[in-house]
Amino acid sequence: MVNVAAANREALDRLCRARPAWTGVGLAREALGLAGRTLLHAGPPISWQQMCWPMRGAVRAAIMFEGWARSAEDADALAAAGEVTFAPCHSRGAVGPMAGIISPGTPVLVVEDRVNGTSAFSFIADGPWGHQLRFGAHGPETLAGLAWIRDVAAPAFQTVLEREGPIDLASLMAQALAMGDELHMRNAAATGLLARRLAAPLVAAVASTKDLEAILRFVARDNDQFFLAWSMCAAKAATRSIEGLEGSTVVSAMARNGVLFGIRVAGTGDRWFIGSASVVEGLYFPGFRASDANRDTGDSAIMETYGLGGMAMAVSPAVHKIVGAKSFADALATTQEMAEICVGANPLFPIAPLGDQGTPTGIDIRKVVRTGIVPKINTAIAHASAPRMIGAGIATPPLEPFVDALVAFGERYPG
Amino acid sequence: MSLTSLLGQPLRVVNVGLELFARELEADSVVVVHVDWRPPSGSPSVAALLARLDDAS
Amino acid sequence: MPVRATVRRSFYQDSVVLMGVALELRALPGVREAAALMGTPANHELLASAGLATPETNEAAPEDLVLAVDVETAAAGDAAFAAARAFFEEHRRARESTGRVLPRTLDSALRQLPDANLATISVPGAYAKLEALTALRRGLHVFLFSDNVPLEDEIELKQLAVRRRLLCMGPDCGTAYINGIGLGFANVVPRGRVGCVAASGTGLQAVAARLAARGEGVSHGIGVGGRDLSVEVGGAMTLLALEALADDASTDAIVIISKPPAPEVLSRIEAAVGAIRKPVILCALGATGRPGAPGTWVSTLEDAADAAVAIVRGHALAPRAFGDPAAVRDRLAALASPPGSRRGGLLGLFTGGTLAHEARLILEPWLGPVASNVGGPAAGAHRILDLGADEFTRGRPHPMIDVSARDARVREAGASPEVGVILVDLVLGRAAHPDPARSLAAAIRDARAAAERAGRSLVAIGSVVGTESDPQGLAGQVAALEAAGAIVLPSSAQAARAAALALRPELAPAMLGGER
Repeated sequence: MVNVAAANREALDRLCRARPAWTGVGLAREALGLAGRTLLHAGPPISWQQMCWPMRGAVRAAIMFEGWARSAEDADALAAAGEVTFAPCHSRGAVGPMAGIISPGTPVLVVEDRVNGTSAFSFIADGPWGHQLRFGAHGPETLAGLAWIRDVAAPAFQTVLEREGPIDLASLMAQALAMGDELHMRNAAATGLLARRLAAPLVAAVASTKDLEAILRFVARDNDQFFLAWSMCAAKAATRSIEGLEGSTVVSAMARNGVLFGIRVAGTGDRWFIGSASVVEGLYFPGFRASDANRDTGDSAIMETYGLGGMAMAVSPAVHKIVGAKSFADALATTQEMAEICVGANPLFPIAPLGDQGTPTGIDIRKVVRTGIVPKINTAIAHASAPRMIGAGIATPPLEPFVDALVAFGERYPG
Repeated sequence: MSLTSLLGQPLRVVNVGLELFARELEADSVVVVHVDWRPPSGSPSVAALLARLDDAS
Repeated sequence: MPVRATVRRSFYQDSVVLMGVALELRALPGVREAAALMGTPANHELLASAGLATPETNEAAPEDLVLAVDVETAAAGDAAFAAARAFFEEHRRARESTGRVLPRTLDSALRQLPDANLATISVPGAYAKLEALTALRRGLHVFLFSDNVPLEDEIELKQLAVRRRLLCMGPDCGTAYINGIGLGFANVVPRGRVGCVAASGTGLQAVAARLAARGEGVSHGIGVGGRDLSVEVGGAMTLLALEALADDASTDAIVIISKPPAPEVLSRIEAAVGAIRKPVILCALGATGRPGAPGTWVSTLEDAADAAVAIVRGHALAPRAFGDPAAVRDRLAALASPPGSRRGGLLGLFTGGTLAHEARLILEPWLGPVASNVGGPAAGAHRILDLGADEFTRGRPHPMIDVSARDARVREAGASPEVGVILVDLVLGRAAHPDPARSLAAAIRDARAAAERAGRSLVAIGSVVGTESDPQGLAGQVAALEAAGAIVLPSSAQAARAAALALRPELAPAMLGGER
């Protein structure tokens, strides 16, 4: 007879004791063993034919960046002909924001959790602001940006890490949380803390003043969400500790690809349970509206899987406005509602307005099914046919994958 | 807990279902926490599965 | 204008709240009929039979709210939906003003109240087992109001409860008293020295109210649900409850209220009763004790309460057919039908199942077979309906809360030459309708007037289970019914006997003679 309670206590314990640290950078080819014409993408498995526009745009960028084709048209033809193998980032221990495309030559972060013995990967960044691959950009600025990261920024980071040793992300994230980041839609404090941590070592590591300035601008100036890749990597490293944990009903991954929403559950291993990606309810930048929006996309729901983002809405008075919550009381209520579907709370991430109770952690599919409460996912909104972010909001994923997962769990662990 | 934990002891109640019953108990100065209950998702067989997979089963 | 309907996804509301919504919508101008129901299979049937089903409502799941209205104009429909939205918004605001986030699960509630000792559960029957199991596993006693619970679920729950030595009161437990505090439908009665074990909620209410009228009170009233004494359940909770009351220092005498137990269960109960060193009164409606059986056997709820009073006071019990035979004779004489007129049969409309059953047992020896949904033939000149039975309560509140179904049947009876006497019960107390006599009196008045217009006479006889301390107040409710021309007797048993007399005046010498 399966002891779900004990397995879930173990899952919560692993999630809470995780101490992810940034240990290195490398190319996906080596770090992930990504060989041949293989591309990783966000969310559950999907074919080229099913992909949404932003993901197709990112695929074009990756194919051209790899030199498998010279033009967007040729890239499309190559993908359509089945010449490219697609697999979810999650199948390789990686996570990718929005479209989340990672190719063998993509420079990636390596984050390790030495407590649980896990590691995780994500791309460092994906082109300059306004030309990001994650939103489907595939023009020359994007390709040049990726090459610059590979050739200039990534080696500099590697030098810093070699000289300084791993950078502890767990304490940095806890500190950022206390400064108002929920670490999904707001990473401003974390980005600043990372820049502060890197600044002096970078000065020591980078010979060219021009390169140094560009790297510091890249880290510290262009983008408040710069740290998101680190947040996600840390969350993935932590949640990998429960992948395949026998008898546990805790969700080990939630991810979307702009078409489908999927979850994986600790006790059912790498099996995906799938539903439709939801329409994000949120606020739009001037000139855009809901009809311009792509459906929910990206592996960034790993933040909620780890107990941050929407689960931690109550830490972030700034975010609740961005994502369209009516009031701070609503944000508090959201976190309290999320506690109803979680195994426990993570004391690493105390929430001051809730008396330093930890963020709700360990989404239990039994509780989701029993209450009908689904995890709230804070998210950026991508344009459905142009390479840009057009707003932010809250995605409410479908309930069916949680019900299906519970039924499959019941079959895997018969009474 | 056993039989002696109820008769003669102060009532401390969790109410699941009709809110009316919670209000009636409160009117009697009984400590009561009302649960905002909704039916579980999926078919009734899912309710049976939830009972089987319950923590204290 | 056809039916208009809207479905609100994943918006669960309990049936009592929804009844309030439907009432409010029905009162709006231009609204002929309104339903506010969750999309359960039973409610889909209700919608279909009321002509309120639409392709949209048919798609509603049990967690979806269905609002359906039959309206004269589109504007009336819009107004109805707007009124419903306002109602729910108001309801939500009232909840929020308490400043608390309500827990969504029992486990979550237990974090707020870690030393809880009782769970009161009234969710739809299909989900009752899950909630009750959860409570028992966490060491809570359970008061399980839910009906329509499968028998196998009840067996599993009670087996677990017995293993853990916890009370599982129900399923289908309408009433209980713990430490004198009422649970579910309960009359406000003084705490006293009589302990009850009851397979019937209204049976317990009738006994508790009668004890109060006689100046005694209840220590604990442990409900066990109507099926506890079946072969399958084996009296599991009755036996555990007897044990609890035998050990309870505040209990001087014990009353068992039930239908006749299965024979093999009866022998177990008798053994338990024989071992208890407190007086035990058994009221197993429809059964009499075999010679030499332990305990004091009585045949009506009224007698059960009176026997308990007699025993705790050390008096002798002398049951009588009527408390005031002369008054009954006078009232019935005043209502005598014109000579030669044909009088219809009896229609009993009960909200209490046990009161319905008891009435049938009292009436059959005088009137012959009485048809009912609680035993006996399905059809006949005399009929008794238990409106609280499962088939009438699926997906809607109990008739003690939602009195409309009974009132409608009373009015129908006024137009029916088949009905000469209406016999009703009115059950007061906490959680019941705030003023049930008012609308019942109006229905009786209408029915009697309709019968009179058709050259018939319709006699209405009733009884009220209640106390002066109940929110509705006993005397006022009785007065309202009397003012509508109903004859109100002090107990359901006496009301049934009076009904027999009204139908067959020639029985007067036998029934009014004193001893029965």
